Amino acid sequence: MAGIPHDHYEPKTKGEKWLNSRLPIVGLMYDTLMLPTPKNLNWMWIWGIVLTFCLALQIITGIVLAMHYTPQVDMAFASVEHIMRDVNGGFMLRYLHANGASLFFVAVYLHIFRGLYYGSYKAPREVTWIIGMLIYLAMMATAFMGYVLPWGQMSFWGATVITGLFGAIPLVGPALQEWLLGGPAVDNATLNRFFSLHYLLPFIIAALVATHIWAFHTTGNNNPTGVEVRRGSKAEAEKDTVPFWPYFVIKDLFALAVILAVFFAIVGFMPNYLGHPDNYIEANPLSTPAHIVPEWYFLPFYAILRAFTADVWIVQLTQFVTFGIIDAKFFGVLAMFGAIAVMALAPWLDTSSVRSGRYRPMFKWWFALLAVDFVVLTWVGAMPSEGIYPYIALIAAAYWFAYFLVILPLLGVIEKPLPQPRTIEEDFATHYNPTAQAAE
Amino acid sequence: MIRTITRAAAAVFALSSGAAWAAGEVHIEDVAFAHEGPFGTFDQMQLQRGLQVYTEVCSACHGLKHVAIRTLADEGGPALPEDQVRAYATAFSVYDETNNQQLFDAEKGEFRPLTPADKFPVNMTQGAPDLSLMAKSRAAFHGPYGTGIAQLFKGTGGPEYIHALLNGYTDEPPACATGDEEGYYNKAFPNGGVPDSCKDEHGHPLIEGSWIAMGPPLSDDQVTYTDGTPATVDQMSMDVASFLMWSAEPKMMARKEAGFTAVVLLTILASLLYLTNKRLWAGVKGKRSA
Repeated sequence: MAGIPHDHYEPKTKGEKWLNSRLPIVGLMYDTLMLPTPKNLNWMWIWGIVLTFCLALQIITGIVLAMHYTPQVDMAFASVEHIMRDVNGGFMLRYLHANGASLFFVAVYLHIFRGLYYGSYKAPREVTWIIGMLIYLAMMATAFMGYVLPWGQMSFWGATVITGLFGAIPLVGPALQEWLLGGPAVDNATLNRFFSLHYLLPFIIAALVATHIWAFHTTGNNNPTGVEVRRGSKAEAEKDTVPFWPYFVIKDLFALAVILAVFFAIVGFMPNYLGHPDNYIEANPLSTPAHIVPEWYFLPFYAILRAFTADVWIVQLTQFVTFGIIDAKFFGVLAMFGAIAVMALAPWLDTSSVRSGRYRPMFKWWFALLAVDFVVLTWVGAMPSEGIYPYIALIAAAYWFAYFLVILPLLGVIEKPLPQPRTIEEDFATHYNPTAQAAE
Repeated sequence: MIRTITRAAAAVFALSSGAAWAAGEVHIEDVAFAHEGPFGTFDQMQLQRGLQVYTEVCSACHGLKHVAIRTLADEGGPALPEDQVRAYATAFSVYDETNNQQLFDAEKGEFRPLTPADKFPVNMTQGAPDLSLMAKSRAAFHGPYGTGIAQLFKGTGGPEYIHALLNGYTDEPPACATGDEEGYYNKAFPNGGVPDSCKDEHGHPLIEGSWIAMGPPLSDDQVTYTDGTPATVDQMSMDVASFLMWSAEPKMMARKEAGFTAVVLLTILASLLYLTNKRLWAGVKGKRSA
């Protein structure tokens, strides 16, 4: 592996040499685990481990749940109740799996916003960022299809609404929707393919995660200063870094244990807090629930989807210019996917030469507003689309696009950055004093 | 300590959580059930009384199809002795003949007696919903707003909803009613019809609750409790609400125990890892200078 100079694995015994000349797997593991890691990483750098744990948790609990689940419209709901009542520890598996999805998304949002603040998306880490966005998309697809499987009212109607979005695409929409559903409406064919894909996608995510890690192990981690690790020599690099094992493994495991304590408190004491009561009613195609609301982790983008209604001038303009091909519904769908697309393009939209938000006095405030904006979008996504809520949603959605398309490109030009430390070692020394202890 | 942690966690989730609207414009009164809170356990006697109310009143119209009769013997639940469960199963009548054909004994030309291995029969005679999950499919306390965070200590409010519904019938319908409404006015029922005369010009109801198809099912002393508890409507509705919480979440006790054990072990593990981490980094960090 290229990158920061460090010690590599040297096979010593005859057996090690024998294996290493045939398959250098021990060396690969050694290099991965002993990666020189900036020693000034703060607590926002723990989410990667939490996310890896979540993926493992979801796959393991999911595999066992699949052993007891029946993907058939007349039996799915009852088979989930069978898991909850008759399978040994089944209730715990299911609650871990359902709440595990929420933990997964809490962690991924914090991970993404950490990257946005510290400029982790910037060169040379654009590929890591893009792979991360693909992982996020795959996670959303997986979570959406997983939520359909219990075949409750929200499962069914959520699937109906979300797949209906594809129907909004001009010309091919209705055909595409029918192809996705395997029929004219959400039914047994839909449930079956969603189950199949829900089982498949996590392994694609696992492969993407491996490339994500590969990519940033090549470039090295970003860090809170955004200043690169010195690579002139091994000795120089060692002043800026410590090996991942044991320093960050132990730190991350500590953080994971704290987070899991909170997680298990929720699973044990209020496992349905984030769920919707309607999903304990078996799916009924003849009875539409009063409010159809997606799971909380989709709400920000659901809010953007709903924000662009037919009475917004930009929607009307677009509809006029495109001769009605892009109507309000399709505009909403484009906006929702566009919101993720502009985020994925952040490496090229951000023109600032300074990586970390810490040294960007104006950026800091716009970023804080983006974080607030995200919370507002989440909240307004759960509100009915009446009264003042559509206006709030529209303003919040507009800011999301403005941040990536206008503010990030402009800031790089007009902002005067603060002085950055020359090295990570220098930054570290302003907080800690390694030499003082050595003198004691 | 656990409460502090869970409260903090709940606050974090509250910022982003979305289950947010109220279940119609109805007021649901909180009831302090024994099973609430991280350490609450079902009141076994109450579950047995609730089972009696279900058996003698509700079961005439409502099924309990996800619940196996054998689980009445489970610890943490009603915990009936095995012989009583067998006797209970044998005595239970099948009301809905069309939907329980698997229980029909063609040779004898009659429904066979139930056994503990059977589930409670389906019952859709009156179009009445199955009650197995009723306590989880209704929520009086929602998301992060209102009493959402209090879910940790009060539950989701499903049993409270059942209690409020069973006590929500009034002697007289609201003054705005026309008399042509179908069913019965219930001030705790959010999902039924409301006549236009009871709505404002935007179509929002001016009254609490709506009309429900089910007539008032309970009246004082409708059942005779073997433990001598006075069978008021309020008492019976609390008992049956508690029983239905058990039927919706029979493994609640095991879940809380598992959660508590996990939190304790993880707290110990986190403390040890904290100390390890501190010791490990001491050499790199030295004394803190800022």
